[in-house]
Amino acid sequence: MKRLGELERAVMDVLWESAEPLTVRQVGASLTDRDLAHTTVMTVLDRLAKKGFARRQRDGRAWRYCAAEDQETYVTELMMYALDQTGDRSAALTSFARRVSDSEAQVLRRALESLGEIPRD
Amino acid sequence: MFPPVLLLAVVAVGTVPAAAALASARWPSRSPAAAILLWQALGLSWGLAAVGALAGLGAVHARWGVAGGALSGAIHALRHAALEPTADAMIAVARLAFLAAGAALLALLCWVLLAASATVLLARRRHRTLLSLLAHGDPKVPGALVVDSPAAAAYCVPGLRSRIVVSAGTLALLDAAELAAVLAHERAHLRARHDLVVLPFCALGRAFPRSRLVRQAHAAVALLVEMLADDCALRHRPARELATALLRVGVSAGQTPSGALAAVPVPDGETAARVARLLAPSPRLPALTSALICSAAGVLVAVPIVLLFLPV
Repeated sequence: MKRLGELERAVMDVLWESAEPLTVRQVGASLTDRDLAHTTVMTVLDRLAKKGFARRQRDGRAWRYCAAEDQETYVTELMMYALDQTGDRSAALTSFARRVSDSEAQVLRRALESLGEIPRD
Repeated sequence: MFPPVLLLAVVAVGTVPAAAALASARWPSRSPAAAILLWQALGLSWGLAAVGALAGLGAVHARWGVAGGALSGAIHALRHAALEPTADAMIAVARLAFLAAGAALLALLCWVLLAASATVLLARRRHRTLLSLLAHGDPKVPGALVVDSPAAAAYCVPGLRSRIVVSAGTLALLDAAELAAVLAHERAHLRARHDLVVLPFCALGRAFPRSRLVRQAHAAVALLVEMLADDCALRHRPARELATALLRVGVSAGQTPSGALAAVPVPDGETAARVARLLAPSPRLPALTSALICSAAGVLVAVPIVLLFLPV
């Protein structure tokens, strides 16, 4: 299971780095150090497509795969959720410090200065 | 009608002002664990008593108290309703209505808990999948994952396959000691499964989205859980590190560019309250007081349970 997750990540990295959609063979060729069987790469790409992270399109007799979204979009999704900005109050995550209002941020900044610390931001 | 129903109604109504008093009390920050226990007891007691009182109004005398009476009440009512509309039958129908209301409330409470759990599990699964594709380790934060984002975020994804996540922005913002304090705080959350403490209050918010008291309860419990984790972190790290970490992350979070991001109202003063508590701690509640609060919580839950099954 861990190996599969790791492979998915490696394959996504290949898709993210590529400017155009890739065939299974091309993806496998970019992962030469791993020595993967063609069917393994195909399985991983298929899983990623099912999960919605990769998109595939017909190109003649082969499928070509590309990343559904770029990396930044997913990072933004993670951070939106983590910073409690989605309006979702489901408490799926537990944040170290909740988002604060502007006025509270001012209060915190003054508190930091009164401790003799320089606000780094 | 028998007295346990009245008592259940008194408990159901009485827990409401009690919760309001707890929401505005000052002592909870001096003993977060006892306060959380009291919140849980109030919630559970209210639920049991409210369902029990409604069901009890529809109950007829039975050997097994309100719970048994509700069952025989339902049978009784159905049998009478089948006959012609005599006065007896009208009473039976009224009873049936109360029984239905009790059952509906019970179903609602169970449903929101299930729905809230499902939402949480799905959101966490999605989050973990994204992390497995994007996050990486960093020697500065052993055991945690790093997401390459300039925003200052530090959080945990609770569950069986839990994760602690720190953003690259936080790595740049905090020094090694502060990062260690953050990790100690998050580990405390994961170890004690604080998420499971907050979940029922979150669910209650789904059932009563307009209730100010429920919102207050949810916010209070969420804050108390943070204080508990702060206290755990203090066992390994000095208070000042945790406090400055909170201040830095808080200040930075106050500057997150809005614009495209949804403006969600923020409960004011939570972070400031935690910092104040770390730097100028009030004495903890005396052991005897804490013990009294815990016993009160026990009684709160025991009373409706006993009333439900008390034979009359």
